[in-house]
Amino acid sequence: MSVKSREPAPGTREARRAEPPSRRRLSRKHREWLAATLFIFPDALGLLVFLGIPMVLALGLGFFDVSGFGGFSFAGLANYKKMFADPLFFNSLKVTVLYVGGFVSGVFVVSLGLALLVQRKIPFVGVFRSMFFLPHVVSLVVVGLVWQFMLTDGIGVVNQVLGAIGLQERSWLGDPDVALLTVVVVSIWFFMGYYMIIFLAGLQDIPQEFYDAAKVDGARSWQTFWNITWPLLKPTSFFVLLVSTITGVAGLQAFDLIYVMTRGGPANSTSLGIFYIYEQAFQFNDYGYAAAMSSFLVLILLAATAAMFVLTKGGRFEVD
Amino acid sequence: MKSTDALRPTKLALFSLTAILALITVFPLLWMVSSAFKGPDEVNSVNLIPAAPTLENFRYVFTEVPFLRYMLNSFFVAATVTVAALFFHTMAAYALARLSFPGRDIIFFAIFSTLLVALPIILVPLFILVRELGMIDTYAGLIVPAIFNAFGIFLLRQFYLGMPRELEDAALVDGCGYWGVYRHVILPLSRPIIAALSVFFFLANWNSFLWPLTITQNQDLWMIQVAIASFQTQYAGAWNYIMAAATVAAIPTMALFFVFQRQLVDSIKTSGFK
Repeated sequence: MSVKSREPAPGTREARRAEPPSRRRLSRKHREWLAATLFIFPDALGLLVFLGIPMVLALGLGFFDVSGFGGFSFAGLANYKKMFADPLFFNSLKVTVLYVGGFVSGVFVVSLGLALLVQRKIPFVGVFRSMFFLPHVVSLVVVGLVWQFMLTDGIGVVNQVLGAIGLQERSWLGDPDVALLTVVVVSIWFFMGYYMIIFLAGLQDIPQEFYDAAKVDGARSWQTFWNITWPLLKPTSFFVLLVSTITGVAGLQAFDLIYVMTRGGPANSTSLGIFYIYEQAFQFNDYGYAAAMSSFLVLILLAATAAMFVLTKGGRFEVD
Repeated sequence: MKSTDALRPTKLALFSLTAILALITVFPLLWMVSSAFKGPDEVNSVNLIPAAPTLENFRYVFTEVPFLRYMLNSFFVAATVTVAALFFHTMAAYALARLSFPGRDIIFFAIFSTLLVALPIILVPLFILVRELGMIDTYAGLIVPAIFNAFGIFLLRQFYLGMPRELEDAALVDGCGYWGVYRHVILPLSRPIIAALSVFFFLANWNSFLWPLTITQNQDLWMIQVAIASFQTQYAGAWNYIMAAATVAAIPTMALFFVFQRQLVDSIKTSGFK
């Protein structure tokens, strides 16, 4: 199982089949080149300008001081020196690592569990699948607002219910020890339906014969899971781990939640790397410093991706 | 399903477990909708069904705040991005899947590798670039950078690679140019995936927050998510208003989901690599 499988390699017989062997071949070939160029041009230009160039700039901008009005001046390593002397930067790295660790492992277990559950033939299973997926279609700003409302100290429904059944009320977003965990749980709640669908697709690809054979052999469901489902699901598992790690480190979704729910607080306990960078750039106009930290985040992201590829041998799993 | 089957104890236990988990999952959304219908005195009570339901919160949101304008902004931006993105991506994907030209693999790889570039990481340089282009506080600034995304190109290319070539070849033999093939063969055949992707793109742009937050200071250009986030700071504690605003922002997305569930789920499945 590989990322692209159905694609005929260019230049092979299959790819050339479309070209009729006529005398117009040369002009036809050039027409094809021209058409391809025109078809690809808008997207290629857009991706270059709005993703490619910013990506290159992201790595270089850290060496400059950028004023709020568009002036640039070379600053050498000043921004990077500032970064390594900034305890809040290291705090944001720590928060990022904790968040990614909690989110990736949590969402993996929860969504795989849900997929195994809704894979079964139970009544209304289609409705349940939709219900598990529903949080994912709502925006994260809405998600943040709703959870903040439910978790409000004293009057939020969660604390009221906990109090009513005799459990300890907590300040879910106000206590530096639990605020990050709360953000992780809300992130998992938002994403579990999405990864559940991906796991479900992976589960449906496992041939039924394996399960039938296990049944004949009298395997227990736990044995069936470890010996059949788990190894055959590895490519899907890898995909989920990779995508959720990138999601977690880049923090696009976590940013929305933190912006709405905690603004990085209390006591910087939820100040995710990406949030700290945003603050430095757009609240303190220190774009150069923000870019220096972004470039560091890029390195972490690349390292995490590379580590995952090495650990899993390129995401290819031989099932023997 | 046979009824005796459904009544077996393990099956019943599984059913109950799934049902309880599903209800817990949707509870926060039910709570949001329910609170939106509660008055200020009742909003902090634990009644799931409002004792005295009222539409006052919605009236307030639409009359005291230009909420309709924010929704129209979001609708306009999300729809424009979706149409433009699908137009450009189908063309590019067709060329990448079907036409042969020098450097095709390199171009595809370059496009594919941009999938790893996440907005937060390039936010600062992208902002500076867009500022240099004079697009801060404009619709163009909201729309244009949001169009380009390798994800759609990648999915469409996969789809085109799996399509039979015969129709295209016939059209080419009939003297159709490449534009004609694209217009009369490729586009009609890709209707299902275009439907799926348009739901996907529209939702993503309706829900997007970070980019609109970054480049719009002018309140007239605010998109709905930016508006409700700032609504929260303005009306801190007035949860009945905030939940009404959140409900209004969430309803279009939930409605789209219920109508296009299958397409949405299918496009997620194809995004898992196969």
